[in-house]
Amino acid sequence: MFSSFMTNAWLSGTIVAILAGVVGFFVVLRAASFAAHAIPNGAFAGAAGANLVGLNPLFGLISFAIVAALSIGATSRRSRSDVATALSLVLMLALGAAFLTLSTEYEPAINALLFGEILGVSSSQLLPVLLLAVLCVVAILALYRPLVFTSVAPDLAAAKGVNATFVEISFLLVLALATALTVPIVGALLTFSLMIGPPAAARLLSKHPARALTLSITLALATVWASIACSFEFNLPIGFFVGTFGAVLYLCARVSHARRAVRSVA
Amino acid sequence: MHWLFEPGLFSNHTVRTALLVGLIAALVSAVVGVFTVLRGQSFAGHALTDVATAGGAGAFLAGVAPIIGFVGGGVLGAGAMDAIGVQRVKGRDIATGVVLGAATGLSALFLYLSATSSASTGATQMILFGSIFTVQPSTLPVVAILSGVVLLTIAFIARPLLLSSLSIELAATRGVRVRVVGLVFMVTLAVSVGLSAIVIGSILSTALLIGPPASALKVVNRFWLGAAIAVVLGIGATWAGIVFAYDSYYWIPSHRALPVSFFVVAFVVVEFAFFSVVHRRRRGRPATAIEDSSHHVETQWH
Repeated sequence: MFSSFMTNAWLSGTIVAILAGVVGFFVVLRAASFAAHAIPNGAFAGAAGANLVGLNPLFGLISFAIVAALSIGATSRRSRSDVATALSLVLMLALGAAFLTLSTEYEPAINALLFGEILGVSSSQLLPVLLLAVLCVVAILALYRPLVFTSVAPDLAAAKGVNATFVEISFLLVLALATALTVPIVGALLTFSLMIGPPAAARLLSKHPARALTLSITLALATVWASIACSFEFNLPIGFFVGTFGAVLYLCARVSHARRAVRSVA
Repeated sequence: MHWLFEPGLFSNHTVRTALLVGLIAALVSAVVGVFTVLRGQSFAGHALTDVATAGGAGAFLAGVAPIIGFVGGGVLGAGAMDAIGVQRVKGRDIATGVVLGAATGLSALFLYLSATSSASTGATQMILFGSIFTVQPSTLPVVAILSGVVLLTIAFIARPLLLSSLSIELAATRGVRVRVVGLVFMVTLAVSVGLSAIVIGSILSTALLIGPPASALKVVNRFWLGAAIAVVLGIGATWAGIVFAYDSYYWIPSHRALPVSFFVVAFVVVEFAFFSVVHRRRRGRPATAIEDSSHHVETQWH
């Protein structure tokens, strides 16, 4: 399990977990799950397109993720945000379907993009992933106060002159970048699970933002490490374990939260 | 018209089945979709297609009829979302997200197992992207019957559902059991997207559920008129998409037809853009769109 060919899997998994723990915490806080689901899928279409024209898939991932983030951010101010997100999502997916039809890529390559291939991460992939992840975390920390403020008390933040649109668009861009990084490693579908399950559980377990954020990172790390170990042990896709552990964590947090609520009433 | 309708278009059995299935799916999606958009449940509507897909992948693996997996998976997912708390606006996003995350994990497992255990390739694409051209005529009766059940259920709960979609407080004071109505709607939504996911794929399922109703609600403020416009827009986009996809075989030198979903989604998005522009042009006049007028409920809906 800890042999040399697994080193990159452990390293990249750790980077992705920290990133998802940080970014996902704000996804949960801002109720932006739909955007967090739509952007990785849009990015998947970008990777398929880059494959078609022979570019590095990372370019396709990043550019499509940014386009998805901007279109969600720009249209959501004018109409219902969930409608805008849904339409951006299906448009990206349809483009992805068209790219896949045109390319001669065979099925395993597509499955890898959708479900991730953490064992296939090469050492040359690792450095750009690390740099971009650091960039994302730094951006989130720089935005920390306005992000929490506009999420928790939007009216007060507006009254204090915080530019909510700017904060929202910046956040979506960070989400896009984080997504583009995690898609090739854990896959488009599971990037999402990792950003929702552990942070949602953390938020139930602690009310204090900084403590919940730390807990979110810890739970995401635990999820990824346990998933890599199980995936190796049982020879099943890592995505299955990430999705299941995330949901189980959330359920446990719900139960403990409900118990505490009962106790505080009694 | 020869440039539009390539040779053999209408004598082709596959195309005829596709046009019929597309008609049913677009009709049901538009009617259910109007409520989905009004209630702000687009995310749940989309997530349920992915949950249904997980059920479909499971059925594929177990060798059960896929339709049981799709519809059963969707209904289970709807129940789980409701149990976690899809009813409260605040918890809705997380409830949907957690169920979706778990379901994608299951999808990953089922697709992996079916890819390794059977020799059949293309299961992933078939389930995820679906194709209206691969619908077997034998599934038509089941689809038609379930669609009928969905439409009847919606007709039955339309008034309380509409009222509780526009104002939960008002509906509650009028004796509507908001929670029950919400749950019935979620299950209906699950059956409807499960159906459309199996016949037209999960991309198109969301596109037809959200796009045409959102377009229609941009320009009209009467519910049934909005539903009627949505139905027309949905069927129009679907049929145009089928014709273009069929024709596209002749466009590309390598004779690779582009997917139907690509064309249908393109038409749906163009419709939405067009209606958004119309809406913005009319904005100078008094606002009457449904989305802004929950306080008009009394005067407009009774």
